[in-house]
Amino acid sequence: MSATDGSLSGGDMSVGHVEPQGGLTVAFCATLKRDLVLMLRRRSEVMNPLVFFAIVITLFPIGISPDPQLLAAIAPGLLWVAALLAALLSLDSLFRADYDDGSLEQLLLTPQPLALLTLAKVAVHWLLTGLPLALMAPLLGIMLALPAGSYLVLALSLALGTASLSLIGAIGAALTVGLSRGGVLLSLLVLPLYIPVLIFGAGAVQAAILGDGIMAHLAILGALLSLALCLAPWAIAASLRISING
Amino acid sequence: MWAFINKLRSPKWFYAISARLQPWFWAAALLLIGTGTIWGLAFAPADYQQGNSFRIIYVHVPAAFLAQSIFVSMAITGLVFMVWKIKICDMAAAMMAPLGAAMTFIALFSGAVWGVPTWGTWWMWDARLTSMLILLFLYLGVIALRGAFTSRDSASRAASVLAMVGVINIPIIKYSVDWWYTLHQPATFTITGRAAMPMEMWAPLLIMVLGFYSFFIALTLTRVRSEILRRESNKHWVRELAGETR
Amino acid sequence: MAFDTLQEFFAMGGHAPYVWSAWGLTAALLLGCVLHARAERRQLLRQLERRVRREGRLAADPARATPIQHDSGGYTNDA
Repeated sequence: MSATDGSLSGGDMSVGHVEPQGGLTVAFCATLKRDLVLMLRRRSEVMNPLVFFAIVITLFPIGISPDPQLLAAIAPGLLWVAALLAALLSLDSLFRADYDDGSLEQLLLTPQPLALLTLAKVAVHWLLTGLPLALMAPLLGIMLALPAGSYLVLALSLALGTASLSLIGAIGAALTVGLSRGGVLLSLLVLPLYIPVLIFGAGAVQAAILGDGIMAHLAILGALLSLALCLAPWAIAASLRISING
Repeated sequence: MWAFINKLRSPKWFYAISARLQPWFWAAALLLIGTGTIWGLAFAPADYQQGNSFRIIYVHVPAAFLAQSIFVSMAITGLVFMVWKIKICDMAAAMMAPLGAAMTFIALFSGAVWGVPTWGTWWMWDARLTSMLILLFLYLGVIALRGAFTSRDSASRAASVLAMVGVINIPIIKYSVDWWYTLHQPATFTITGRAAMPMEMWAPLLIMVLGFYSFFIALTLTRVRSEILRRESNKHWVRELAGETR
Repeated sequence: MAFDTLQEFFAMGGHAPYVWSAWGLTAALLLGCVLHARAERRQLLRQLERRVRREGRLAADPARATPIQHDSGGYTNDA
């Protein structure tokens, strides 16, 4: 591959400083810190999904109707679908920069299990995409006349759900990172897998509006997340190996 | 078991054994589908509620069964390919995917057409139809991913990983869609009545299902044989084979 | 027999368009799969045979080998 020698001089100063005997925790934290620093330096990339989220939500009242009653009825679904698409938008860049400058290969060569290191990358993605989306959603909920009492559930379900979305989406991102036109393909691969999360996420908000119990929905979202946490890292690691070696 | 797996490593062995097997499967497919068609279309009694439109069941259900089974087979062959590096398995997975997509399409189309006399509309967001639609997207994703890679080995491994990820998700998607449907739609008319069918009705259905499975096996054997010729065209035994047919 | 006359059979009790379109699409797709598999196999065998024959000819007469490699039009037409 192209940049095996140039990668250490690139952005990964933290990984470079860590000694190999540092162990798993150190490697995990180093990857976490490095990715956070890199992402925070590219603020526009962090902001883009949030702006996208806000714009898409603005489109719906314009496209459908400004009638608050109608909007309130479809608001949970709209907010969830828009947040899901915004999270999808940022997936392509999850491994792209590291792939281009070769630091992904360095990650593959570390003695630590790759699955856990990718988990650190996914965690950063969620911290800078899913969590801000979840925090921003109640604000947009007000604009869509979302009934009061469901704001906290909306934020909570999005925070839980986007973590699963980041994990599942990272599999697709890892599979397509080596392809030059992977962006559209990525959404084709990932969107069908997002459907259960969407159903239970939007269902939680719906249930909160109707006054039903929400714990079942949140519990299922949590179950989906723990399942994704167990399985997705291995799939991501395998996919990265395919993309790099192939 | 191990002896069998080791034998599978040899495309030459598979080419020879499949030559002996495939006529039987083709014959079985022809016989079963032929019998099932005549029985199902002409001899089975009309449903007391749905009349003759119920005869769509004889293509809808076998296609739906096969659509799901083929995805599972793709995941299993993908797993075997990843673990033991058996090329035959990957060839089989590659050859199955289009047939699986075709079966999913048949199930969707016949389900939609069936919907007109039973529900009065072409499309209903019925739980089964919706999960079939998602399955179609999963198939298209696997086919597109395989086509996107330039290196055959990467394509094979990426498609295997995606098939495995998909197969873990299929039950989750199915259950969440079922749950979503019961929440939003009070149980209407289910497309395949679970009520006890008389023997004259389900016997042709069973025959059709078996016929479709035989068709799937026969077609896969034939197409894998072609794929062996394509991929192994530089091998000595393939050359000799071409010399013989002259 | 569920139908008395052939016409009744084709009419399917008023459900003809639905029943026959579903069965028709299924038949067309299954048949298409079979025909495609057959065409695929024949084409591959033909290609392989042509290749083996060409290489056999090259091996038998190496003097002709060099010009033919540059001018590929020579052997594709006579096969």
